[in-house]
Amino acid sequence: MTTSDPAPRSARTTETSTGLAIGDQRKPQQKIKSRRIRRSVSGTIFDSLNYLILIGLALITVLPFLYVIAGSFAGEAEITSRPFFIWPHKFVMSSYNYIFSTNAFLRSLIVTIGVTVVGTAVQVAMTFLMAYPLSRRELPGRNLILNLIIFTMVFGGGMIPTFLIVKALGLLDNYAALFLPAAINAFYLVIAKNFFQELPEELQEAARIDGCTELGVFTRIVLPLSKPILATFALFYAVGIWNDFMSPLLYISSPSKWTLQMFVRQVTVSADVANVTGQVDPDWVPPAQGIKFATVVIATVPILLFYPFLQKHFAKGVLIGSVKG
Amino acid sequence: MSAAAVDQLRPDSGASPAPDEPIVPRKVSLARRMYRFRWLYLMLIPGAAYFVIFKYAPMYGITIAFQDYLPFLGFRGSPWVGFEHFQELFASPDFGRLMANTLILALLHAVFAFPAPIIVALLLNEVRLQVLKRSVQSLIYIPHFLSWTIVASLTYLLFAMDTGAITHLMNSIFGANFDFLSDPHWFRPLIILQTLWKSTGWGTIIYLAALAGVDENLYEAARIDGANRWKQTWHITLPAIRSTVVIMAILMTGNLLDSGFEQIYLMTNSLNRDVADVFDTYVYYIGITQGQYSYSTAVGLFKAVVGIILIFGSNWLARRLGQTGLF
Repeated sequence: MTTSDPAPRSARTTETSTGLAIGDQRKPQQKIKSRRIRRSVSGTIFDSLNYLILIGLALITVLPFLYVIAGSFAGEAEITSRPFFIWPHKFVMSSYNYIFSTNAFLRSLIVTIGVTVVGTAVQVAMTFLMAYPLSRRELPGRNLILNLIIFTMVFGGGMIPTFLIVKALGLLDNYAALFLPAAINAFYLVIAKNFFQELPEELQEAARIDGCTELGVFTRIVLPLSKPILATFALFYAVGIWNDFMSPLLYISSPSKWTLQMFVRQVTVSADVANVTGQVDPDWVPPAQGIKFATVVIATVPILLFYPFLQKHFAKGVLIGSVKG
Repeated sequence: MSAAAVDQLRPDSGASPAPDEPIVPRKVSLARRMYRFRWLYLMLIPGAAYFVIFKYAPMYGITIAFQDYLPFLGFRGSPWVGFEHFQELFASPDFGRLMANTLILALLHAVFAFPAPIIVALLLNEVRLQVLKRSVQSLIYIPHFLSWTIVASLTYLLFAMDTGAITHLMNSIFGANFDFLSDPHWFRPLIILQTLWKSTGWGTIIYLAALAGVDENLYEAARIDGANRWKQTWHITLPAIRSTVVIMAILMTGNLLDSGFEQIYLMTNSLNRDVADVFDTYVYYIGITQGQYSYSTAVGLFKAVVGIILIFGSNWLARRLGQTGLF
């Protein structure tokens, strides 16, 4: 993808230098070299400073993770005595052993995985099912529907009226409340619609001539051609559900239905380790700090596993969105 | 098959004329056209139902801001009270505090979080070492994909009073006992720090894309004219991304009062309430936890209306200043 990686300056310099060196075509390479050295001093200072700043930024981004990962494998004593480390003296699994032995954690993990899988399927299906008809320019009423959708991107009912609707539908404390109220992201819908519009018309025509119904055209022609964007939106939506904290906070009242994000918050922010784990073994003190580190790691790992895919697709999505809105 | 023949079979070219039918119907009746698309409409139903139920019904639900909403009477049955809740809001001692907290956070975002991606993008753009550029980019994008819960957790782990790594460090440097998490003075710096950490890297994408579109010839011409790197940046790179900056600024203004519910909520505790309460979290506390539906809807509506005025206002201003606006 060229767009997120602007043409390298190095290429730029080489090109122009060669251009300038047209009269001296025998040794263009040497010319470039000398030019580069000559521009030094201030340039070199700037470059080194720039590199230092950027590497510093990268470190600031990454160090907290390394600390948390190291802490999750360290013993309780080490976490409390060593101020900062990214490599534990001794690797122990006690934090992980502990949280994986508690029902509350396991339940929240299973709930989160389940809701993410089902919710993503529902959201992708609903988005695509709606995007396809709207991609057909000749559909009567299409513009009206599109405008009504775009309006929801500017204005919404807000937290309380939405809550009351969810409540009226009997979805409070129901897992469906974690994905249905956000089933279609208007922004993704518009991107998907634009994508369908770009698909070659001829294939669809041919299918129709062969007696395919509209539904058949969609499932047999359009969907197979849309695999990349299908995968992209599945990732979009899955990350959204996995990371969502507001919906479970608003709509889920019984702790037994909590998602991982709610659990993480309870353990780390409220420091309510005992309550959540419900351990009543007086002889054994749970590794209170270690648990915090381990829960953060487990809630983050899936995102980091998918990160290479995410980065690629999301960047593209952002750009498509910004260009075509 | 010729193009004309294909065109004949297109649904929008009217009824495919049967041999004995006169070829008049330039205008097929709407009902017939819609019947032709019945499958497409069928596919639209779930999505349409979604927008009606979860987007438009809540908009209608805003009417309860002008009612004394009683759950068993519903949106339609509850008694109307006009602007009573708005008057109550403006008269309430909370209002000034909420407004101040919200605006201060918005201002801090505008000053720190808005320019940060632009600066980082400019720095990245100057990097000639592709390996370095790629790896820095990949690393600083990561936090964007983490939930606010994780960001808050990391903050708590790093800044906790006795055990936090950064607290340790600060204590040993300044010889004081820092209490970042409950001292109200540290609330805003922490919020800004979180935002910078989470979104700066991701924000660079759009600016890097804009920078990639700059015509190489401009740089070449500038170099021939003797422009050094700083002058190239000032006279070519910055003007080139000006329209992107303006659009991002307009978008930011629209969200000025959106303090970010999850982030603020997760960082709020009983000790920093005074500086932490913003419109978003206030709506939650008053509405969901205390059940004052009508009043909190009025608060939310006030916020939304101000936001819309701001976005249209800044758009108007951008156009007056000779920039391309958003609409």
